[in-house]
Amino acid sequence: MSPKASKPLVPAKTDPAAIRNFCIIAHIDHGKSTLADRMLQLTGVVQPRDMKAQYLDRMDIERERGITIKSQAVRMPWEYAGETFAFHMIDTPGHVDFSYEVSRSLAACEGALLLVDAAQGIEAQTLANLYLAMEHELAIIPVLNKIDLPAAMPEKYAEELAHLIGCEPEDVLRVSGKTGEGVDALLDRIVEEIPAPVGQPDAPARAMIFDSVYDTYRGVVTFVRVVDGQLGHREKIQMMSTGVTHELLEIGVSSPEPEATKGLSVGEVGYLITGVKDVRQSKVGDTVTSANKPAEAIIGGYEDPKPMVFSGLFPIDGSDFPVLREALEKLQLNDAALNFEPETSTALGFGFRVGFLGLLHLEITRERLEQEYNLDLISTAPNVVYQVTAEDGEVLTVTNPSEFPEGKILEIREPVVDATIIVPAEYIGAVMELCQSRRGQLEGMDYLSEERVEIRYKMPLAEIVFDFFDQLKSRTKGYASLNWQAEGEQAADLVKVDILLQGDKVDAFSAITHRDHAYAYGVKMASKLKDLIPRQQFEVPIQAAIGSRIIARENIRAIRKDVLSKCYGGDISRKRKLLEKQKEGKKRMKMVGTVEVPQEAFIAALSSDEGNAKEKTKK
Amino acid sequence: MPSVLPLGDPVPADGSFPPEVLSALASRADKPLGLYVHIPFCSVRCGYCDFNTYTSQDLGPGASHQSYPDTLISELEFARRAYDDAAAPPRALSTVFFGGGTPTLLPAPELARILDAARKLFGFVPGAEITTEANPDTVTAESAQLLAEAGFTRVSLGMQSAVPQVLATLDRTHNPDNVPAAHQAARAAGLETSLDLIYGTPGESLADWERSLEAAIALEPDHISAYSLIIEEGTAMAAQIRRGALADIDPDDQADKYLLAEQLLSRAGYHWYEVSNFSRTPKTRSQHNLNYWLDADWWGAGPGAHSHLAGVRWWNVKHPAAYAQRLHQGLSPGHGREILDAQAKVLEHLMLRLRIREGLDLAEYNALPELAAGGAAPITPQLVAELVREGLLDPGSAEPSSSFPEGRAVLTLQGRLLADAVTHRLLS
Repeated sequence: MSPKASKPLVPAKTDPAAIRNFCIIAHIDHGKSTLADRMLQLTGVVQPRDMKAQYLDRMDIERERGITIKSQAVRMPWEYAGETFAFHMIDTPGHVDFSYEVSRSLAACEGALLLVDAAQGIEAQTLANLYLAMEHELAIIPVLNKIDLPAAMPEKYAEELAHLIGCEPEDVLRVSGKTGEGVDALLDRIVEEIPAPVGQPDAPARAMIFDSVYDTYRGVVTFVRVVDGQLGHREKIQMMSTGVTHELLEIGVSSPEPEATKGLSVGEVGYLITGVKDVRQSKVGDTVTSANKPAEAIIGGYEDPKPMVFSGLFPIDGSDFPVLREALEKLQLNDAALNFEPETSTALGFGFRVGFLGLLHLEITRERLEQEYNLDLISTAPNVVYQVTAEDGEVLTVTNPSEFPEGKILEIREPVVDATIIVPAEYIGAVMELCQSRRGQLEGMDYLSEERVEIRYKMPLAEIVFDFFDQLKSRTKGYASLNWQAEGEQAADLVKVDILLQGDKVDAFSAITHRDHAYAYGVKMASKLKDLIPRQQFEVPIQAAIGSRIIARENIRAIRKDVLSKCYGGDISRKRKLLEKQKEGKKRMKMVGTVEVPQEAFIAALSSDEGNAKEKTKK
Repeated sequence: MPSVLPLGDPVPADGSFPPEVLSALASRADKPLGLYVHIPFCSVRCGYCDFNTYTSQDLGPGASHQSYPDTLISELEFARRAYDDAAAPPRALSTVFFGGGTPTLLPAPELARILDAARKLFGFVPGAEITTEANPDTVTAESAQLLAEAGFTRVSLGMQSAVPQVLATLDRTHNPDNVPAAHQAARAAGLETSLDLIYGTPGESLADWERSLEAAIALEPDHISAYSLIIEEGTAMAAQIRRGALADIDPDDQADKYLLAEQLLSRAGYHWYEVSNFSRTPKTRSQHNLNYWLDADWWGAGPGAHSHLAGVRWWNVKHPAAYAQRLHQGLSPGHGREILDAQAKVLEHLMLRLRIREGLDLAEYNALPELAAGGAAPITPQLVAELVREGLLDPGSAEPSSSFPEGRAVLTLQGRLLADAVTHRLLS
């Protein structure tokens, strides 16, 4: 067994040849954080008394959901064959919504551990990230985790991994993050197989930002990988995409607690603190250089985060609008991808149209708003961005059904994605049926092993953002895994379906959908609302319409009896309290024209179905 | 009595009244004073019932069938003392109502003994209305005679339905064939009669309901009450419905049945005077019940019983044993009370008056001193006109007249079915 390094190398003075930068590619529950915990212990950077499970996942919401959202970089020493090395382990997000962040994390590394649960095999997201790592030409170390589990089938899955990356099954490492078995061998393999970083030590400094997080006490903490040259304490730095300069208040490494250093030199990974308060001033993918001696070229691959999914967020209590605004502003400090602008709905009042990277991003944001800021929110059905060409040739970008132009339309374009689904072979039929019903086009199918298949579909993003993943899980008994990436756009025969109550349009229920699905949407909404809206003193017709054409209709019959027959031997208090309660209830109703609609109706009508909504809040 | 007690403030141990009541009591000499007597015993617990009632014969000291009458009488004595201590104007009882439970589970002489105590302590006004509820199985010619001799003037029989299968769903064990005999016995003893009916029971057809109405009408009682079945939380019936063993209440079906009741009863000469109550003549209306709607005062004796005196409402502890214990210790059996604030007074006035045939006197309502303090607006002629147009208020009564300078809000037949909605509209 390799001893832990007795004399760690000093940052800013480390020979690049002794540095190993790597990340771990793994599916959500395949044990990445537990393995990271063992590495922290074995390398001695965390003392046993300070150890806590999932050490690196700081945010509560991450720990609750078992997902690592924000990556961090940890510097660990390791001794191998009498020489001391410095490892930088970069913790990547595992979810498709954050694929850009993943790609930047990968760009900061020379190698990746492909970590797969020995009882489950590889999942679609892992596969997608593996392909991404291979494109970045990273050295891949295949690792099967959880070999202590009784259900582990290391032979079978070693075969699968060997087949995927083109190695021998014997080359696949077998470890247990839980017991620590095999972890020291893994640390040795990192030295052996992952190349040392190569850069120009004397060139002007260039460091790539692969993450930036907002800390209440320190402001924005920016994580960088130095590609060329070096950065020093108190140096003036410049962001190359914007030209903005900042003073470096602190530079250092995480080990895993932050430790200030004299600087960071070529090949090293660490953090910078400049005192800025907003992560949008420290963008993932941007290049940091020295203001006095700036580099000429930005490091390739920089992109602005692009929201893919939009949803309206409205406070149930209208007076919470300023609280929501403040909460969104605070979240934005730590989430460069989050953008929002005020929106007014006749049905829901004042709120915000919020852009997200994907559904998980939406859900996490919503959960944080509700948990950390105590807000009760209604979120409208998520939709994607459409390019609509009107008859006069004007092109509109539509992120909200209410912006959908009236009148004749020449063309509508919608975003499409390449979706990859990995599933046991017995569910191929179920998956194909689902994808086809969502306008998917089969692009290909590969057997990963005898039992597991990778299915690829080209699909409109709009068909994925609502309840596709829930459907996929339920039709495959939870076995399917899904990954997708944006793949341009396509023209499609889309229409806006409006829902009318007593002839009045309810903007919150409008949806853009494919013409073939419009009827089903209209019928479903009308019948849902019929059950959710209490009977009124008059008949209330519910209609679904495309333009002026009615495609579905329901009626809420007028209420005929609204009286208590008895007052129970003089218990007047009880009857009065009932009326008082009804009166309070009426205050929480939204008036749509003359129709009283309870808040609950909006929430229930906009959720995909009740069972799912409940399950989600439980997780 | 419902088994769920409203929240309120505690009642002081000596049962003394709050100062607001003491000052208001002096001016209520002209208001009728009633007495409600609760008998918390039943032989069977009906599945729909959430009243404060028990099937055990012996619920503890002072709360057995044998000892309960004495406990009750001790509350009447307590009431007398509290009333005197408040220096309230002397008032004899205008109405007495024995309810339950099943009052006639106690032997008639025991009911007579309780009534005698009330007479001795408070006195009765001439022509006082004295009612007891009764299970049709427990009324015989002999017991009816005893009740009449004791001073009872009226019997209200829990007929509920004439259809065996509906009675079975309600867990009513009485034999429907006994209703005519019980009714005849009461009549023969010179008692006024009322029949209680329930409609809208799961499984009851419109024809079933018609049959019950016809059967009730055929007996020619003086008074008929028709209550829609309400499913109360915590009852056996609520659980059956949740399990799917019984169909849920259908409000449209209940509306149809109310309309049918109105049609058959009015054709037979029974006229509504309160949403659920029908009487042959104004004289045979239940004065005790009307007093609930007309802001009168009454003392409710017995476990869980509700009282009202000059703007304070209170209710007794629920369990008969706890109730008996309090009285034996010389303490008030009151569990909680609420002193009505301006807002509550306005809402009660509106909701209660609206339920009766005479309706809401709009000039009186708009001049209520509590109106402004209660945050309520006067009812405008425009609003009344709107409700008349919608067919909810009677156009004739809404017209101003010499006795009612701003007219009255009197519910139409459709308005009676939507009385709660009309209340909310008039408040807004």
